[in-house]
Amino acid sequence: MFPILSNRQLSDAAFEMTVVAPAVARRAKAGQFFILRVDAVGERVPFTFSDWSAEEGWIRFIYMRVGATTHKLTHLQAGDVLADVVGPLGVPSRAGGLGRVAVVGGGVGAAVAYPVAREMCASGDEVTVILGARNADLLILEDEFRALPLKELVIMTDDGSAGEKGLVTHPLKAMCEASAVDHVMAIGPAIMMKFCAATTKEFGVPTVVSLNPIMVDGTGMCGACRVTVGGETKFGCVDGPDFDGHLVDFEELMSRQRVYVDDERAADAEVYRGCSCHL
Amino acid sequence: MLVPPVDETAGQDAPEPKPRHKASRAPRTPMPEREPMQRVRSFAEVNLGYSVEEAHAEAARCLQCANPTCIDGCPVNIDIKSFIGAIIEGDTKRGVEALKARNALPAVCGRVCPQEEQCEAVCVLARKGEPVAIGRLERYLGDSDLACDLESRCRPAVGAPTGKRVAVVGSGPAGLACAGELAMLGHEVVVYESLHEPGGVLVYGIPEFRLPKEIVSAEIEMLMELGVEIVTDVVIGATYTVDELLREEGFDCAFIGAGAGLPVFMGIPGENLNGVYSANEFLTRVNLMRAYEFPKSDTPVWRGRKVAVVGGGNVAMDAARTALRLGAEEVFLVYRRTAHEMPARREEVHHGEQEGVEFKMLCAPLEIRGRDGFVTSIVATRMELGEPDASGRRAPVCVLDSDFEIECDTVIMAVGTRANPLVAKAAKGLDLDRRGYIVADENGQTSKRRVFAGGDIVTGAATVILAMGAGKKTARAIDARLSGRG
Repeated sequence: MFPILSNRQLSDAAFEMTVVAPAVARRAKAGQFFILRVDAVGERVPFTFSDWSAEEGWIRFIYMRVGATTHKLTHLQAGDVLADVVGPLGVPSRAGGLGRVAVVGGGVGAAVAYPVAREMCASGDEVTVILGARNADLLILEDEFRALPLKELVIMTDDGSAGEKGLVTHPLKAMCEASAVDHVMAIGPAIMMKFCAATTKEFGVPTVVSLNPIMVDGTGMCGACRVTVGGETKFGCVDGPDFDGHLVDFEELMSRQRVYVDDERAADAEVYRGCSCHL
Repeated sequence: MLVPPVDETAGQDAPEPKPRHKASRAPRTPMPEREPMQRVRSFAEVNLGYSVEEAHAEAARCLQCANPTCIDGCPVNIDIKSFIGAIIEGDTKRGVEALKARNALPAVCGRVCPQEEQCEAVCVLARKGEPVAIGRLERYLGDSDLACDLESRCRPAVGAPTGKRVAVVGSGPAGLACAGELAMLGHEVVVYESLHEPGGVLVYGIPEFRLPKEIVSAEIEMLMELGVEIVTDVVIGATYTVDELLREEGFDCAFIGAGAGLPVFMGIPGENLNGVYSANEFLTRVNLMRAYEFPKSDTPVWRGRKVAVVGGGNVAMDAARTALRLGAEEVFLVYRRTAHEMPARREEVHHGEQEGVEFKMLCAPLEIRGRDGFVTSIVATRMELGEPDASGRRAPVCVLDSDFEIECDTVIMAVGTRANPLVAKAAKGLDLDRRGYIVADENGQTSKRRVFAGGDIVTGAATVILAMGAGKKTARAIDARLSGRG
């Protein structure tokens, strides 16, 4: 059992949970993920770390309420427990020796981008962060990013309610055109990562994307998370989650992410039946 | 009923003190099982197990040979003669003790061991027709033991504490057998399991209808009674390394029994379409995650109407029969050789046939086709058998221009596994073979002195009992090392 230290709502869509898991926190690195199971009938769901403390023995992640597991998560409070937390899993993100880096965080992808950008800064890379959200209310972790020694923080919203109005690919393209970037790390919805990779490809700027395929065990045993990269099948859990964005088959990734959409609704409806909330 | 002695080896040794057992010449006692049409929509166990009368009738067939060959046929050398002798005498308790002296998981092995290739294959009666149903009798005793409450169950003697600590990586058959043996020898054992439930393939792989999960958990419960500690949710190679366990956590030795790992895909077009599963994923969703209870359990599984299973082993049979139970209208097995070469147990093939699994033999998949990201059909070619290959089986060869397409909405790949790359991260300097499996000698000794390994992670995918045999044997080598004898 893994006790919850805090669970708070960050925006209309995002929640942040902090959980006691000393063995996992001890070895966690930026870009890695863990798997949790809420309760005895819970699904195994992967989340990438947004933060952790090896000294204090906790891990933190940010989630949106999209299905049964995340619905259950929203109802938990400090002092409640998660049935299972296992990790850290996956290969850590590269940091250091990358030169001028643009880290793009879209939606809750900003949560994953935060420790990656922090690690890059600490490793001597020059980091520009581009955060994207539909509107100001959905923007997360702005203060945390501002506290990092970034070269620049660029905020983009679809409606212009915070930062500039437009997509994250606009400033990214401008950086490429100005030859102001050596390496790009894009983390967010598959469609955003796809367009980031398409933007940088014509400039030949190496672009890494952090993928979030469906997983079960998370240790290479089931192959649910397979993605096609450069024509080869890779397992997101043990070969990733980071891959060369110019080689990823995003159409396949998006199709595979949708396989259980109907089932997820059914499972969520089942959770609703036993639940008094009106989220 | 007077029976002339047929025991060919009888009388070679000193005479037994007891009056000689007169073997019954009745035919092999069939295993009672659920009706095919009743069981095919249910996950309840197919084989029901012998009643007391059936067990006695079957045990009575045993010749109680003076030099029993069956014991050598068992990878863990269970004293089969003694446990059957005990059933003959109606002493179930002594039978259970004889059995558990060599096998910590009898109710599991009685169900899933391929006895027909092991102990029963070398039974003297096999030469004369039907061998004694050793596996069914093993299960009978294992189940009798589990039917008692925990306090009155047979408890193997545990040696005096040695003060030595051993870490076991993986709680599948190899790890559990190793842990049980080490605990009985008085060592402190901690088993690390990466999933949320212990049992490994017994829990995620073998379906409920063949091996009920409560049997597995009851056997594991007894191991914990012997002092074995099991820690779930720890991935060795991720959460801890073996080196850390030895250096920082105070273990004297480690045993790696991490299993075979990564599922193999064929590399044919369309394999990443929605509706294509590895057998590992399909079975894990259903068994470990209980997707058959969805949406009461949160994990979904794609419930196909027409399901193609590629492969011919026990895992393929498990996947096919599981698909039927999830409500598939049609399930067919695509196998590139013939029934004769199928590695699956005959009993499993027979049960599959009864339940309506269709067998498309001499067929090899070429491509999986789909629409809007989902599987719609599988394209295969006809094969014929040519010259024997390295495995001794006749190698299948394509028949030119014989491609055909079969409509289906699910494809399950059960074509084997390979080594998990996490193993290489488990311990620095561990020698791996070119396929990524751990190199270990016959005592499980790896290239690192305090690290031992056994089971599928050394041999590649094999059987539950072979993994258990390796775990047990290695436990003795570890014991020798810890007590300064090795």
